[in-house]
Amino acid sequence: MRGFEKHLSEFHQHGIEVVAISVDSTEESAKLCHSRGYTYPFLSDPKARVIRSYGVLHPKAGEDGQDIARPAEFFVDSAGVIRWVNLTDDLRIRARPEAALEVILKQIGG
Amino acid sequence: MSSSNNRAELCQHPFRVCREQPYAYNICLKRRWNIPIWAGFAIVLLSVISYIPVFTPFPITRDVPWVNYLLFLAGGAFLAIGLKRAYREPDRYHGKISGPILSVLSLLIAGFFVVGVLFLTKQLPAASGAPQVGRPAPQFTLANIDGKQTALADLVKGHRGVILIFYRGYW
Repeated sequence: MRGFEKHLSEFHQHGIEVVAISVDSTEESAKLCHSRGYTYPFLSDPKARVIRSYGVLHPKAGEDGQDIARPAEFFVDSAGVIRWVNLTDDLRIRARPEAALEVILKQIGG
Repeated sequence: MSSSNNRAELCQHPFRVCREQPYAYNICLKRRWNIPIWAGFAIVLLSVISYIPVFTPFPITRDVPWVNYLLFLAGGAFLAIGLKRAYREPDRYHGKISGPILSVLSLLIAGFFVVGVLFLTKQLPAASGAPQVGRPAPQFTLANIDGKQTALADLVKGHRGVILIFYRGYW
């Protein structure tokens, strides 16, 4: 997420918004954004409904055994169609923003 | 004055001699601290502690933690030197007890790290239910950090699209 913040202006230049989603409450997300300086939107899905609808639920993996999201990235185009999916198999290893941007631009044509 | 006379004379003050004259140890029987053992252990410990704050922010040192592996090797080399000293020259160096203990601890710490990196962080569900490329994205409306309800349609409005980053939270 730090990487996406660093490359945010490039994403915005190409007309691409970046959004983070987790089960954290809005207060926790606000704290995270302020402490790390994240400026893109952080959305709160405390009941993991959206996380479940995207098939990226990691059941009982949270601190108190609650359901959380597994790391994953999706690109949704302006027509609401999924154009790129990145499902890591290792929670240490996230999408590299530069590489992701390149692939997405190729997908949507420039 | 010959050097052996010199040593014998100095050894009348064994404590000072041992600190100042490294070659007088055999005579004075004061052993030195086995620094490589402690240095090796410290390097191994530092390697593990530093991974998250220092190396995970950068994909190049995060995805394959090669810096940490190199540090383990360096720590292991120091420990080996220290152990060799402790057992080959027990009259001169400490470490016959601390050496094996710190070596085993270092092995456990490094082993735990390697198991974590190669195995534990890969225990993720397969996400087989995730929508595939070309499928419509599930709609949603969620609160942002200001409590404002934000729909997927709001996010793509005026943009060519949006990257949704799902993350575990509690960071």
